[in-house]
Amino acid sequence: MANQNLRENDEPLLIADDLSKSFGKIIACQDVSFKLYPGEILAIVGESGSGKSTLLQILSGQQSSGQGRVSYRMRDGVTRDLSTLGEAERRFLFRTDWGYVHQDPAQGLRMAVSAGANVGERLMAVGWNHYGRIRAAASSWLERVEIDVARIDDTPRTYSGGMRQRLQIARNLVTQPRLVFMDEPTGGLDVSVQARLLDVLRNLVRELHLAVVIVTHDLAVARLLSDRLLVMKGGQVIETGLTDQVLDDPAEHYTQLLVSSILSP
Amino acid sequence: MSSPAYNFAYLDEQTKRMVRRALLKAIAIPGYQVPFASREMPMPYGWGTGGVQVTAAIIGPADVLKVIDQGSDDTTNAVSIRKFFVKTAGVAATTATEDATIIQTRHRIPERALGEHQVLVYQVPIPEPLRFLEPRETETRRMHALAEYGLMHVKLYEDIAKFGHIATAYDYPVKVNDRYVMDPSPTPKFDNPKMDNCAAIQLFGAGTEKRIYAIPPYTKVVSLDFEDHPFVPYRFNAPCELCGSEDSYLDEIVTDDKGGRMFVCSDSDYCEGRQAAGHTGSLISAPYKERAARG
Repeated sequence: MANQNLRENDEPLLIADDLSKSFGKIIACQDVSFKLYPGEILAIVGESGSGKSTLLQILSGQQSSGQGRVSYRMRDGVTRDLSTLGEAERRFLFRTDWGYVHQDPAQGLRMAVSAGANVGERLMAVGWNHYGRIRAAASSWLERVEIDVARIDDTPRTYSGGMRQRLQIARNLVTQPRLVFMDEPTGGLDVSVQARLLDVLRNLVRELHLAVVIVTHDLAVARLLSDRLLVMKGGQVIETGLTDQVLDDPAEHYTQLLVSSILSP
Repeated sequence: MSSPAYNFAYLDEQTKRMVRRALLKAIAIPGYQVPFASREMPMPYGWGTGGVQVTAAIIGPADVLKVIDQGSDDTTNAVSIRKFFVKTAGVAATTATEDATIIQTRHRIPERALGEHQVLVYQVPIPEPLRFLEPRETETRRMHALAEYGLMHVKLYEDIAKFGHIATAYDYPVKVNDRYVMDPSPTPKFDNPKMDNCAAIQLFGAGTEKRIYAIPPYTKVVSLDFEDHPFVPYRFNAPCELCGSEDSYLDEIVTDDKGGRMFVCSDSDYCEGRQAAGHTGSLISAPYKERAARG
């Protein structure tokens, strides 16, 4: 069993192969390749307009790449090219084995329905048909993301920004995905709320052995969460490596600039 | 002045063919919403233009038409639609459920079980059961295509979370033939079990939204629910005060400004039939008797 787990972890979960995408003359990303292993956290950093978000959308199958391909190892162990999946399969993958955390929680949540239903929706989508069990699962997930269970029947409209973001994370993790995409999950939150969110995230990610692709412009977030770093500029990956290594000893001029631009109090 | 010359049943033949094609497709795919080119009718949208177009497309000279609104044959909507077809198609009209071959309805299914020779035509305001949860039409169509119906349970979940039970009393979503989730139009959920395995053809027309859908005879229709909160048809816990019926769907009628009220059958034909057969309710002074007593 341990052996098999080891072997499972040896094979990449997500493979990006030579991805390129341009919008007319604008190159959004060019020749991006990497492998993501189970339980690994990869941060994509760079300034705005460097192609991070486009890359994330291509990886998560929401946009087609002009060139190259993305492969994913499905739960049955077979690695498949995402572009060959049918729409039904892709959508099923998206709401079971994957998660996607939007920068703006209003995009990832149903703002008009209660927190409990928000968390329970994915379960109901995969056929859960027992109110009591759905509610119990929703309660336990609210606890895990440190939301007061007494607020379970309130809509996210009544939640603060940090709570909404934590609710969005709970909603995504309830089906126990293996891979989660995050697009600036801490953007727009104040510093203390960011710290709490990062804390929750870091614990969950380790506990659930999640693989994460996180896009951020905040190097502190990358430092805290990620194992590996991809630095993008003008649509190209200019530097890649272990997070601590890249941040402590940046090789590229642009990365040096990026690191030195962090204000320390 | 001579009256204007209408084609039989008002609509021109090409339009009827178009509606019939939509109907055939709808029957072939039970519960699937077929788009159709809804026409302007000589009555406002919201008055049953969808149902009227369906009826106009299927009615023939030999048909006998019954029109009900909230179960009653004598409300404005029912009376005007019945008159419309009597005038434009010259068909016979009836209020007796068993005599009718086509029954156009708003909000109710007759209490009397329907037979194989009958067609029930529903007037539908909003055909999309997922609409209030997912406003995008492109998205709801995709959800139907891929049978992604988790969202429908979100609505029921919200009901239980808020009220402790499934409080949806009408427009209660059903799954047709184990495939499509369908909006049964605003009929009370009391009527949902009558749709299941029904001998009559059930046709649904939504004029404003330009959709037609159908349930063929003897098709499985299941009301959605949770294992621990099963579907329960709702009915006021009282007998009809006019005919004493214990199992028909009741209307609540406010009789004064001091909290007085009475319950009577919403299906007026059913209630009159029972009274004619000698059944009586608890009400000693029914309005018409009162009038008779005064002479």
